[in-house]
Amino acid sequence: MTIGLGHYLTVASVLFTLGILGIFLNRKNVIVILMCVELMLLAVNINLVAFSIFEGNVVGQVFAMLVLTVAAAEAAIGLAILVVYFRNRGTIAVEDINTMKG
Amino acid sequence: MLLQALAFYVFAAVTVASGAMVVVSRNPVYSVLFLILAFFNAAALFLLIGAEFIAMILVIVYVGAVAVLFLFVVMMLDINLVELREGFLKYLPVGAMIGVVLLAEILLGLGVLGTGSATIAALNKQGAQVLAVDNTRAIGRVLYTQYFYLFQVAGIVLLVAMIGAIVLTLRTRPGVRRQKVGDQINRTKEQAMTVVKVPTRGGV
Repeated sequence: MTIGLGHYLTVASVLFTLGILGIFLNRKNVIVILMCVELMLLAVNINLVAFSIFEGNVVGQVFAMLVLTVAAAEAAIGLAILVVYFRNRGTIAVEDINTMKG
Repeated sequence: MLLQALAFYVFAAVTVASGAMVVVSRNPVYSVLFLILAFFNAAALFLLIGAEFIAMILVIVYVGAVAVLFLFVVMMLDINLVELREGFLKYLPVGAMIGVVLLAEILLGLGVLGTGSATIAALNKQGAQVLAVDNTRAIGRVLYTQYFYLFQVAGIVLLVAMIGAIVLTLRTRPGVRRQKVGDQINRTKEQAMTVVKVPTRGGV
């Protein structure tokens, strides 16, 4: 009973699907949507690292680190925007974010 | 080997369960705490497979920085929890359907269920590769030579994110009196005091 690549890929795909499901279900809460994006990035990282280990090629882990960097930057900017938005409007419900009529 | 498999299943189960709790949790604070649990268990999964450096970076960056940032923001914003939960059950059928279909597609494509990619099946049979040097050294050898520009770009991304976050959240409030150090230092003796000749017995 060895743990193979498929096991890791399954965990990653379940996590990714959970992230997408969370975006669908929590349509109103921007914070939870951001957290779901983090979950999806974590799933991508699991994929990259698992392939890297099973291929014997370390480059996948380098890219996982870059994904981590981008995730951290995205969280910082997203939460900063959220804080500014809340300061101006007093709410963070997604439906109220329609000033730009996009 | 059995112990390793057991550990994998425990960590994977906790990761997936806490990922689900992030989604369905009623309170965003609990969501963040479950997110932290998911990150810890994912780090343990990385340790099991032999990617120690990424595991530690995951704990430091995700748990130490990102999740705490989320926690700060969730606690700082005074949000109406009931209002934000509306529509959860309304979107549940469609969301669950899309989720199930997507998961089935991914798993079929991965070849985990016996169909799909031959490459993954071959890699699966071949098992985990053991590198000649330890994990951190191997990453360093590639990261600081071949991918050095990429590494620097990552640093610039972080710098821009930091400056952007500061610029976005910085506000100058009107009516607040602040200490102006520059003005204080530039003040000269002539501005600060005047010498007045006081005549004797005359007073000022």
